[in-house]
Amino acid sequence: MSTDGATLFAILGMAATTFACRISGLILGPRFRPQGRLRAAFDAIPPAVLTAVIAPTVLVTGWPETVAGLVTVWAAFRFPMLATILVGVVAVVALRHGLG
Amino acid sequence: MTTLASHPPSARDEIRAAILDIAPALVAAAPIGLLYGALATTKGLDLLDVALSSGLIFAGGAQLAAIQIWTVPVPIAALLLSTLLINARYVLMSASLAPKVAHLPLLGRILGFHVLADENWAMSERRAGGGRISAPYFFGMGVVFWVNWMAFSVLGALTGPLIGDPTRFGADFAFTAMFIALTAGFARSRLSILVIVASAAAAALAHLTLGPPWHVLAGAITGIAVAALASPGEVPA
Repeated sequence: MSTDGATLFAILGMAATTFACRISGLILGPRFRPQGRLRAAFDAIPPAVLTAVIAPTVLVTGWPETVAGLVTVWAAFRFPMLATILVGVVAVVALRHGLG
Repeated sequence: MTTLASHPPSARDEIRAAILDIAPALVAAAPIGLLYGALATTKGLDLLDVALSSGLIFAGGAQLAAIQIWTVPVPIAALLLSTLLINARYVLMSASLAPKVAHLPLLGRILGFHVLADENWAMSERRAGGGRISAPYFFGMGVVFWVNWMAFSVLGALTGPLIGDPTRFGADFAFTAMFIALTAGFARSRLSILVIVASAAAAALAHLTLGPPWHVLAGAITGIAVAALASPGEVPA
């Protein structure tokens, strides 16, 4: 257990940054009641953010990830979450190793 | 998903519902935690570093991105910028959830929001459905998800050197598949599908041109802008 100063500082800094992001919404939240276009923008946050995080993995990593991603999208509209994840993982392993 | 109207759900029922709702995400997060712990040890982080980072940062995407850019000496500015960009979404996510938990105690909300991740946030939003959410459900889910992430990242740091490259088992894709499943839950209208397509295109383009972590910001802002522009925009009287 030899956590050095710079590593500890980086971890604490990342923790503080993340906590600030999470807590600022809590402070802002109750007074914030968007309507109209602003409401539409707010409603778009979850799908827009979730998509943005993983889009590069699916679209610009390699064809096994792209094909497995499409298979996962297909599964996501038919199966529960856990089955969807299994389909995705099995597809990417098969495409990377078995069929690659 | 509706409860019987004859009696209000007990705290035990609420916690059970929370665990059932978050169970798939717990299973999906397990290999990602193992992956994080294992990769972190290859960059020179020790067991205490892994436990501190998972417990205090508690953000899988940002933690994995940090490990990718981790070098010696530690690039603190790059790590903080990457964390801010990837986690800036929490400002909007917590602002969206805040009115739905406004009836809960302040200290509980602060702790609950510290453990607010994509998965338990998405489940809490769905549970609230525009209304209120119970304390046992919200806190129970947060605690279970935090303990799960801590346990598997520490286990990854302990066993990582023994199992070799975790991507061989497709563990890295579990994260992607889980996000696809979460996103599909929000794809309920033509507008939301348009938002997803726009966000994906912008994020992929930003990843190719600017590189990570800018793709998160680019995709999120593009998707949000498309929603604002494409919505009818009528204001309720």
